[in-house]
Amino acid sequence: MSGHVHKDYTGAKFGMWLFLFTEVLLFGGLFILYAVYLARYPQEFISAGKELNVWFGGGNTLVLLTSSLFVAISITALRRGKKSLCLRLLGGTIACAAIFMINKYFEWSAKISHGIYPGSEHLKELQPGEMVFFNIYYLTTGLHGLHVIIGALIIGWAMILIKSDRINANDFVILENAGLYWHLVDLIWIFVFPLYYLILH
Amino acid sequence: MSEEHAHIVPYKTFAIVWIGLLILTGVTIGVAQYDLGPLNVWVALGIATLKAGLVVAVFMHMKYESWLFKISLFATLAILATFIGLTFVDVLYR
Repeated sequence: MSGHVHKDYTGAKFGMWLFLFTEVLLFGGLFILYAVYLARYPQEFISAGKELNVWFGGGNTLVLLTSSLFVAISITALRRGKKSLCLRLLGGTIACAAIFMINKYFEWSAKISHGIYPGSEHLKELQPGEMVFFNIYYLTTGLHGLHVIIGALIIGWAMILIKSDRINANDFVILENAGLYWHLVDLIWIFVFPLYYLILH
Repeated sequence: MSEEHAHIVPYKTFAIVWIGLLILTGVTIGVAQYDLGPLNVWVALGIATLKAGLVVAVFMHMKYESWLFKISLFATLAILATFIGLTFVDVLYR
């Protein structure tokens, strides 16, 4: 295929940032819910928050921070011509996503088996503030978990494009954009973790 | 087709930022064990904002991007702050 294909590196990247801004406003809305109800039910948020397991939350924080490191390094690797290192790092990112979701599976299973889930009978017996806490916990971490899965799929797709050299050291904005999405997933969790798992007093 | 791409971030820079993020995570967990009253939430938010700043600036490359990217991020955060602020102006004074 000859002929000049017009590419807009800055435009492609800026377009991704614009999309990320909409995600910031989406999750921002969920954090506003949290803030309003925290102000209304300070004691219940503390008592309900203590039911959450800081090891699951903290562990998942470390997993996501490391996954972000991997995807960031993968771009440097690709640009320096280290294609197989890039692919292994991206595989590592997807592995981190899997670990995160497995942790979440165990965490949620434990809660659900104790009757703590949206709409449960047990939830209705709790204080209103505690019920609200768990409802927005499931809403926020559920939507976040969905983004983890989507992010992992996007990175997998980028890996396929890298393998076929469609993404390469001279044309890598798709990988950068996939990375930006993944970092957003990490960013959201950076705020979720202290607000839901570390309000102990 | 040749384009000016931003400079390549060294592996070491990413690794140092990652270590910083791990340390800040530890600090957040450590501080949360003490009862600082209403200050707990603000300290937690402050450390989270610092961590977020590192991720945005280095991992997401914002530090090396043009003013257009920085201004539009700032605008988004200003909009979010407005949503939060006006919500509380309502909710706190009902």
